[in-house]
Amino acid sequence: MTALISPRFLRAILPALSLAILLALIFYLNPRTMSYVGLNLMLNLAIPIALATIAQLCVMTVNDLDLSIGAYVGFVVCVAGTWLHQDPVLGIAALAGGIVIYALVGALIHLRNLPSIVVTLGMSFVWLGLAVSILPRPGGQAPEWIAWLMKLKPPYVPFPIIAAAVIAAVAWFALMRTSYGSILRGSGGNPRSIERAGWSLLKTKVTMFALAGFFGMLAGLSLIGLTTSAQANVADRYTLYSIAGVILGGGDFVGGRVSPVGAVLGAITLTLSAPFLTFIHLPPDWQIGAQGAILIIVLALRAVIDRVEKRR
Amino acid sequence: MSAARRLFEKPWLGSFVAAFLVWLATILFTRGQGGGELITAALTFATFFVIVGIGQMFVITLGPGNVDLSIPATMTLAGSVAMKVMDTQDGMIAVGLLVALACGLAVGLFNYGLILLLRIPPIIATLSSSFVILSAAIAYGRGLRIKPPPLLADFTTAQIAGVPVLAIFVTLLAALMAIVLHRTAYGRSVLAIGQSQRAAGFAGIRVERIRFATYVLSALLASLCGYLFSGFSGGSSLSMGEQYLLASIAVVVIGGTSVAGGNGNVPGLWGAALFLFLVQSMLNTYQLSAGLRYLATGLIIIAVITAAGGQKTLR
Repeated sequence: MTALISPRFLRAILPALSLAILLALIFYLNPRTMSYVGLNLMLNLAIPIALATIAQLCVMTVNDLDLSIGAYVGFVVCVAGTWLHQDPVLGIAALAGGIVIYALVGALIHLRNLPSIVVTLGMSFVWLGLAVSILPRPGGQAPEWIAWLMKLKPPYVPFPIIAAAVIAAVAWFALMRTSYGSILRGSGGNPRSIERAGWSLLKTKVTMFALAGFFGMLAGLSLIGLTTSAQANVADRYTLYSIAGVILGGGDFVGGRVSPVGAVLGAITLTLSAPFLTFIHLPPDWQIGAQGAILIIVLALRAVIDRVEKRR
Repeated sequence: MSAARRLFEKPWLGSFVAAFLVWLATILFTRGQGGGELITAALTFATFFVIVGIGQMFVITLGPGNVDLSIPATMTLAGSVAMKVMDTQDGMIAVGLLVALACGLAVGLFNYGLILLLRIPPIIATLSSSFVILSAAIAYGRGLRIKPPPLLADFTTAQIAGVPVLAIFVTLLAALMAIVLHRTAYGRSVLAIGQSQRAAGFAGIRVERIRFATYVLSALLASLCGYLFSGFSGGSSLSMGEQYLLASIAVVVIGGTSVAGGNGNVPGLWGAALFLFLVQSMLNTYQLSAGLRYLATGLIIIAVITAAGGQKTLR
C-alpha cells in the first residue's frame, strides 16, 4: 500500500489526476457535456494543441525552448489554406521547407552555442512574415481531405480522444521505447557523457528540432481542418499553451526528463480549462490569468510532492 | 596593448557600429533627408528599450535559465494602474510613479516567491506569472485609454536641441547601473553568481538574497518603463508591452552581455537599442510590405546574434 502512494507514483499520475478532477468538475457543472457530442465539441481543439505540445516537448528534451511554435503553426495554416489547396506540389514543398528550416535552426543553435530563446523569438518574426506574405488577409480554404479527416465521427469514442491516444502512443514509443530515443533524451540530461560515448550532439539537436517542425506542421494541418479558413496569427497563443502543456504533463525544463503521455494529458487539461472557466462564469478578462493560476497550482502540487520525497 | 586596440575589443562597440551602419543605409536611401530627425526618434524609442534592458541584463547575468518573461505584462499593469490613479491630474504625478513602482515591487516579490517556493526555473515562473499579471491589467484597465497628466506627457516628450530629455535621464540611470554592476558588492555578487553559483555560495555570497533583489530590480524597471511609456504614448494600452519581450532580451544579447551569465555590459544596451529601432525604421523607409518587414526583422536579429555569439567562441 505504501508503494502505491509513493511520491514517485503521485508525480507520475498528477497529470492524469488534474485532468480527471477538471473533467469531473465540468460534468458536475454541466451534465450535458457528458456525451459524445459534448466531448467532441470540447476536445476538438485538443488535437492541434496536443501536437504543438509534442513539438515543444521535442525541443525541451534537448534543453531548449521554442518561442516560435505559435507563429510556425500559423505559417503552416496559411500554406495549407492557400498553396496546399490550389497547388499541392508547391504546398508540400513549402511544408517540407518549414521542417528543413527547423532542422537548420537546431544546427545553428548547437554550432554557435546560441540561446534558443532569442533565436526562436527571431524565428517567430520570420514565420509571421512568411505567413503574412502568403496570406495578407484572413481567408483561404482547408484542403478537403483534412477537413474530412477532422470531421470524422467514429462510433462510440469521439475522434479527438482517439487522435490524442494515437499522438501520445507514437511519441511515447519513439522517445521512451526506442534506443535512439534514449540517446535523444540523454543528450538533454547529460550531453557530455553522450558525446563521450560517441554520439553526435549536433545530430540529436537537429533531429529534435526537425521532429518539432514535423509535429508543428501536423498541429497546423489539424488546426485548419477545424477552422476551415486560414489566418496568419490564428495560433499565437500556441507558444504559451505548448510550454504550459509540457509542464502540466510533468516535464522538467532541463535534463531531458519529459513525459510524452503526460504532455498530451496536459494539453487536454489546458483545452478543457477554457469551457470550465466559462461554465463557472468567470469574466473573460480573467481567463488567461486563471490558466496561469492552474499552471501555478499544478507546479505547487509537484513541489509539495518533491519535498515529501526528499524527506524520506 | 594600444588604446585603440583595447577599444576595438570592447564587446559593446559592435552594436554602435551596427546602429551607425543601419542609420547610414537609411539616410542614403532618403538622400540625406531626415537624418537628424531619425536620430532623435531613435534616441526616444531606444530609451524605453534601455530601461527594461537594464533589468533584463542583471537577470540574464545571474546565469543560465535566468530570464524575466513577465516584463511586457508588468509594463502594461504598471502603466494602466498609474494612468487610472493619476486620472489626468498633474498633482498626482508623484503618486502615480509610486503606485507604478509598487506594482513592480509586487510583481518582483510574486516572481521570486514562485521561483523560491515552487523550485521551478525562472523562465517558467515568470511565464506563468505573466498570465496572471496581464489578466489583472486587463481586468483593471477594462481597455479604457486614460490620458496621462499633461505635465507627464510634456516631460516624456520634451527635447533639448533634438536630444530627448528622457534619453539624458536614462543615460544617467545606465551609468549609475554600470557602477552598481561593476563597483558595488551587489553587482559583483551578481557577476559571481553568473560565473558559478556554487563557487559564489562557497565564497559566502547570499545567493538567494541577490537573486531576490535582481528579480525585484527587473520588475521595478519594467514598471518604471510602463509608467513613462504610457506618459509618452498618450495613455496605456493592453498591447503596449508586446514588442518588449523580444526587445528586452535582444538588446541584452546584441549589446554584448554574455548569455551564459557572469558578464554584463551596460553601454552595449544603448547601441543595441538604437540598432533595434533603426532597423525597424530602415525597413519602413524602404516601404517593404508588412510580411517582408517581419521577415527581415527576424533574419537581421538572428544574423546579429549569430555574429555576436561567434565572437565569444573565438576567445
